[in-house]
Amino acid sequence: MRVTDLGITDFSDAYSLQKEIAERVYRGESENTIIITEHRPVITIGRKGSRKNIFRSHEFLSSRGISVFDIDRGGDVTYHGPGQIVAYPIVRLENGARDIHRFLRFLEEVGENLMAMYGLASQKIPGLTGIWIGDKKIGSIGIGVKKWVTYHGMALNINIDLEPFSFIRPCGIEGLRITSLKDVLGREVDIEDAKSKLKLSFNEVSQLAEAGSKI
Amino acid sequence: MIEFKLPELTEGVNEAVVSFWHFKEGDAVQEGDELVEMATDKAAFNVPLKASGVLKRIVAKEGDTVKVGDVLAIIE
Repeated sequence: MRVTDLGITDFSDAYSLQKEIAERVYRGESENTIIITEHRPVITIGRKGSRKNIFRSHEFLSSRGISVFDIDRGGDVTYHGPGQIVAYPIVRLENGARDIHRFLRFLEEVGENLMAMYGLASQKIPGLTGIWIGDKKIGSIGIGVKKWVTYHGMALNINIDLEPFSFIRPCGIEGLRITSLKDVLGREVDIEDAKSKLKLSFNEVSQLAEAGSKI
Repeated sequence: MIEFKLPELTEGVNEAVVSFWHFKEGDAVQEGDELVEMATDKAAFNVPLKASGVLKRIVAKEGDTVKVGDVLAIIE
């Protein structure tokens, strides 16, 4: 497993890099790679999504520095911004482990394991992929798979400003409440430390869970 | 004639929505070609073909919800 921390990126730049790496992973020229980054403010709409789930005009959003993209992952609309760790695992699902939803469960476990490192119990909500603290969502998951290589991934709210989530109907779910580690713990959380913990969590869970691929 | 079907995704996941077709009717298609992109609530994925031929007819249109085992297209 290779981990690349890109720092703060534009969504589109990180997306281009994902596609490049995914192609190399497919051709066997690169090992499985996890990209870790924080995005500049952006709203993305997955394949099952709708612009109806964005409540503000493009003019308003651009005045707040928020761009909007339609993208090729599952799921509906979400928001990314600084203070949120985005992890894109670009992983070749090998024969015998070509189970997309098992891979989603793996990502959930990585997120839950990270929460446990902060002493937090997270739970699964049947039918709703993601990482939840009580009934609030702290981490979102949405992936793409081409030629059995995964891309896109998960987003974990660390210190992110939660206000922009009110500009959208996150995941297309009415009344969905979003939280962050900072909110739950009631203190600032060092994002670099959270990134280190996330890397550790990927390692631990991939060793423990045989998550569908060697990562 | 081959029926190109939505494969089993995983236990408990029974359906997906057609995002778009990478090929159109009349196109020659090869084994391994990814013919169509599908989406569920959390994943977007391509379905590869296990035979070669001509994409005769697209049965599941873009935006349609398809169940596992349903025919997506006819290959000849």
